[in-house]
Amino acid sequence: MTLRTRILVLISALVVLAGVATASVLHASARADQRDRAQPGGPRITAGTVALTGDSGRLIFRNMAWGPHRDELTTVQASDPAGPRTASTVKCLRFHAASGTGVCLRAVHGTVQDTYRAVVLDAHLHETAHYDVPGIPSRARVSPSGRFAAWTAFVGGDSYAGTNFSTRAAIVDTRTGKLTPSLEAYRIVKDGRTYRAADVNFWGVTFAADDRAFYATLATRGRTYLVRGDLHTRTVTTLHTNVECPSLSPDGTHIAYKKRVKGLPKDAPWHLYVLDLRTMRETALAEPRSVDDQAVWRDDQTVVYALPGDYGADLYSLPSDGTDTPRRLLTAGVSPVYLD
Amino acid sequence: MYVADSRAGTPDSPAPESAPASAEGAARPRAGRRRAAVAPTVLALGTVSLITDVSSEMVTAVLPLYLVTGLGLSPLGFGLLDGIYNGFSALVRLAGGHLADRGGGRHKWVAGAGYALSAACKPLLLLAHTLTPIGLILAADRTGKGLRTAPRDALISLSSTSQTRGRAFGVHRAMDTAGALFGPLVAFLILRATVDGYDAVFTVSFCVAVSGVLVLVLFVPGGSTRPPATTDTPGPTPRPTLRAALALLRRPALRRLAVCALLLGLATVSDSFVYLLLQRRLGVPDRWFALLPLGTAAAFLLLAVPLGRLADRVGRWRVFLAGHGALLLTYGLLLSSWHGTALPYAVLVLHGGFYAATDGVLMAAASDSVPDELRSSGLALVQTGQALARFVCSIGFGAAWTAWGDRTALTASAMALAVCALFSLGLRPPRPPRSEGLA
Repeated sequence: MTLRTRILVLISALVVLAGVATASVLHASARADQRDRAQPGGPRITAGTVALTGDSGRLIFRNMAWGPHRDELTTVQASDPAGPRTASTVKCLRFHAASGTGVCLRAVHGTVQDTYRAVVLDAHLHETAHYDVPGIPSRARVSPSGRFAAWTAFVGGDSYAGTNFSTRAAIVDTRTGKLTPSLEAYRIVKDGRTYRAADVNFWGVTFAADDRAFYATLATRGRTYLVRGDLHTRTVTTLHTNVECPSLSPDGTHIAYKKRVKGLPKDAPWHLYVLDLRTMRETALAEPRSVDDQAVWRDDQTVVYALPGDYGADLYSLPSDGTDTPRRLLTAGVSPVYLD
Repeated sequence: MYVADSRAGTPDSPAPESAPASAEGAARPRAGRRRAAVAPTVLALGTVSLITDVSSEMVTAVLPLYLVTGLGLSPLGFGLLDGIYNGFSALVRLAGGHLADRGGGRHKWVAGAGYALSAACKPLLLLAHTLTPIGLILAADRTGKGLRTAPRDALISLSSTSQTRGRAFGVHRAMDTAGALFGPLVAFLILRATVDGYDAVFTVSFCVAVSGVLVLVLFVPGGSTRPPATTDTPGPTPRPTLRAALALLRRPALRRLAVCALLLGLATVSDSFVYLLLQRRLGVPDRWFALLPLGTAAAFLLLAVPLGRLADRVGRWRVFLAGHGALLLTYGLLLSSWHGTALPYAVLVLHGGFYAATDGVLMAAASDSVPDELRSSGLALVQTGQALARFVCSIGFGAAWTAWGDRTALTASAMALAVCALFSLGLRPPRPPRSEGLA
């Protein structure tokens, strides 16, 4: 082949490849219009006033239904979760709230890179403070009093085809603004002794009502542990193994969590369990599917969690004693919080 | 929260859209111009590498986001597969090197197969929606990378003269790194222009990868790239058998080089630890954490060519050792109590300089001690030894950090590095044969 032929072959091929590439980008961007239109048969959503206090008996969550209010914090009547939704215009990837304080994890679109931040919201969903989040945010929690907020981010590896991830869990005191960017600063007590390791990861913080104790997942050397943390002494102590994304019941006696179960596929390895903190007895919940979420408690007997659905995720509820079958609470929503 | 090493071995290649160089006359530098430029083959391979890196880094950049927000998966535990392919990729590299040498001059086709395999993996990502298949696809992608690296480096060294090899590798590594810096940017622009456009990112990545393969097929000459007369081995030409490849290690020059690369590799703390230490010691804000590798890459990009040229002038061995001196200085800065604002920059420039002074330069130095017929196998041996040594160092460093804390672990590494460097200084290989190529 002469040089001329080779150049011609290359140019023709590049034209074809550029065509395919352009078509794929155009196709993907055309989806925007579709997503901005509400789908027939979808939930009814109207814009309105959403507050974290004042009107109990409501459920607030991130609405994922297609249409103009996608990704906004949205409320429904807790007694009629499939009913009409009120959207707030405040967008979050993950959200949690208690006693009039909310924490909203959101993406900030930059010119060459997206960054993430955790925004503390007051009862009217106005920002009171924000903090940089060093990776893709995944879990958020506010302590029952509203004083402390916590979040977890996935921090990616570096360099070529890096496929390793680590997590960082941060806790902030919303009253003083004091931030602990990573729980790794805390002392770890494992089997009665101080434990140190380079590969420690924390995620999925859940707070007790006393504004001092919290629970979280600690992972090291391929195992996960339930730890009980102390905000005063800045210590975490291991309590139990194979616990991820713990969620403390309102009465502080039980923890719902996802547990890696042997024999399940590697990419969907978790089943929901509830641990009784007094007896340390585990109860398997009646959800046959793998759950990758930090559950919330509707009350001391019921847990609510997300599973993948047509629009990203749907919410389900289940009794915490292992009986009954899962019931779909609502479609196209994540990060539910029952407002009191 | 540490992230295990992922930069074992050399960074890979990829791609620009600039007009590829012609392969005509790739083999011999033209008389009177040999100090001027690098061979067209090197530019063509650099272009292929640049294009391929744009393609692969696009995917790498969006993968965490895709897993978490696109598929709703937790990427934790994904690292389990990583250790498996680190070892596997080293073996594939040896196989690729050996295959390329057999039959004399199959380098282009073995490298091409590696590039094609990686390209084919991109559309498969569109079909995989769970962690296991995604992990397998990434493993196949890495296999392609392992397969192509040694033959590609052999092609670079075979198409340059002994006097310009350092520069040739410098140019190639700079182009390669440029692609790695572009990739994430392209991916981000696509995500901005679309709605959850991960499918578009994967499709564009595939198109880019295919164009890289095309540039290789069309513009990199196949077959033997130099006239047999210039071979630098006296006596009967060794047959490119597996035994002959292993027998390379009996050559004192290559053996010493391999031993030094191995020893120094054992004291080379993985990049992720360097960034982590930098962040911990100096309080680099979290939001800058993701940018630290970019700092190293930018320094590597800027310094690769000048240091490659320097290596040609003052000796590759010296520059290679000086590069480890830069790494030692990096450790020193991380351990020092100096807290100036310039510190992160100094650390990243030194760290990038370390790569620029060692990555391509080692290949250039090794090329001097390996006959043409076994070039690919010889380079693969050195690369594999170095990659495995760094992998072992990562594991050891993680354990030392756990046992004694980060500061002590780094101090130990710095001392090990200093000892290995002194030893290597004493073990300096004999002068490279000056007779090779055009005198």
